[in-house]
Amino acid sequence: MPNKNTYRLTLGVLIILLLLCFITNISLGSVSISNSELLGILFGSSEESALHQIVFNYRLPKALTAIIVGSGLGVSGLMMQTLFRNPLAGPFVLGITSGASLGVALIIMGSAFFGGVLASVIISKWSIVIAASLGSFLVLLSVLIVSTRVRDTMAILIIGLMFGSITTAIVSVLSYFSSAEELQQYIFWGFGSLGNLTWNEVLVLFIIYFLGILLSLTSIKALNTLLLGENYARSLGLHIKRSRMTIIIATSLLAGTITAFTGPIAFVGLAIPHMTRQIFNTSNHKLLLPAVFIFGAIIMLICDSIAQLPTSDYTLPINVITSLIGAPVVIWLLVRKRKMVF
Amino acid sequence: MTSKSEHIILSTKDLAIGYTSKNSKNRVASNINIELHRGELVGLVGANGIGKSTLLRTLTTLQSPLGGSIVLNDKTLSNFTSVELAKTMSLVLTEQIVSKNLSVFELIALGRQPYTNWIGTMAAEDMAMVNKALKLTNIKDIKHKKCFELSDGQLQKVMIARALAQDTDLIILDEPTTHLDMYHKAYILKLLQKLAKETQKTILFSSHEIDLAIQLCDTMIVMTKEGVYADEPCNLITKGIFQSLFPKDLIDFDSNTGSFRVKK
Repeated sequence: MPNKNTYRLTLGVLIILLLLCFITNISLGSVSISNSELLGILFGSSEESALHQIVFNYRLPKALTAIIVGSGLGVSGLMMQTLFRNPLAGPFVLGITSGASLGVALIIMGSAFFGGVLASVIISKWSIVIAASLGSFLVLLSVLIVSTRVRDTMAILIIGLMFGSITTAIVSVLSYFSSAEELQQYIFWGFGSLGNLTWNEVLVLFIIYFLGILLSLTSIKALNTLLLGENYARSLGLHIKRSRMTIIIATSLLAGTITAFTGPIAFVGLAIPHMTRQIFNTSNHKLLLPAVFIFGAIIMLICDSIAQLPTSDYTLPINVITSLIGAPVVIWLLVRKRKMVF
Repeated sequence: MTSKSEHIILSTKDLAIGYTSKNSKNRVASNINIELHRGELVGLVGANGIGKSTLLRTLTTLQSPLGGSIVLNDKTLSNFTSVELAKTMSLVLTEQIVSKNLSVFELIALGRQPYTNWIGTMAAEDMAMVNKALKLTNIKDIKHKKCFELSDGQLQKVMIARALAQDTDLIILDEPTTHLDMYHKAYILKLLQKLAKETQKTILFSSHEIDLAIQLCDTMIVMTKEGVYADEPCNLITKGIFQSLFPKDLIDFDSNTGSFRVKK
């Protein structure tokens, strides 16, 4: 194949770009750190300076989280688009975000509803993570149980959306009865945040993310076969139900855990695969999946750098940046190319 | 066993097809006894709604038979694992493929999926098979084109090449000539005839092009309300089977020309 070398070259450029973005992301922030200082901090003596603290306890975990979020959501978005044969699908079509929102809403705003028992729960970082995980797990489980009764993959898409509607309605009821303070706390969670993860949290996030990525890699062949449609895929010896389940579990591990730790990050999972397809004009997942992985990480690092509003004391919510910058880029790409390659 | 029966690729015995709902069986056709031999081009014809699709769906295990048996390569069809079946029977369906962004080469290469490893790496043998399929269907010049750039006729050739690359004893095509003009209908069926001869694969297709099928097929399966008949086209004409194919109020079969005429 003639374009294999071009592909390798582009991928190599992307990897270098990723490293550059990673370094830039760490050096930018309310305190600007020059490159030579940064190298000194990263590889040099273990001095306990303030900059050292900032880099190791705040910026490094944040940059790693950005890479995990971008690549994880991008890959799961790609898998959902292929599985559901729908360019509008993203990692959240299975009701994962709505489930997480429900869990968090219950823990933050539920006290007004259920009184004493929940009110006594201290709303810590971990309790929100656990609530979000439980919420998305339960909603996803319901979607899966219902979906084993249907043959058509499209029905799963609609079932996921319906479960999303139900949970949104419950969250609305909860917010209607909750105090302004609780509502604010819930809305802040909804803004998404890459920043306040400790090393322990990053480690837990990474382990589950790693499992999800492994499962995605084993699904590459199935994803390619599904490009022909389910009937052709079956005639090529693919176990449709088993592959479908693997893809869904991989997506839930990736998107579910990421949402639990960082809040719902809008837009990335939907847009990254499309942006990548504009660069690599291919449908072959063996090429597309690694490209989406690296490209997602780059975009997320850039979005996070912008959200920091370098040299200022303010940080914008990451969700604002991903949508505000990402959406026009996708529109521009599609208008320029005049067609949606899928 | 006679030498002829050794070459049987697919046979059915007293096969009954149809749909089962909760408490009733909707029998579409029964007592189907057919034998397909190696290297044969077989045309399946019948009026709309007579059960052609149901028969193909049953032969391709998309639905189970209501009774009787299907034997593929001396093994009962229901005993095949999905990968074994994928190495014995390949399909060309009426449905469109999902991603037209695939290149012709990539699409045909997907036919090698039952043989490749967990991530789908193409070995030298797989490459050879794909190139052979490209050559047999005469589409080498378009192998780097994307599927959305192809005409319907070209796309159909590509889908046939994909089935060839799957390297199966039996290829089943569901109405391969729909959407094609008169020239390309003849072209595709002629191509199938050539492929059956050259590759010694058995090719079964359903079609509404009865006159073309009569001219090109080795065997035809005719589904009528009275029953399912399988024989050489000339024998079927002599027996007057085609007369019972459609209601007699509008068109009539002319045994001399082997085609249907509108009644004046």
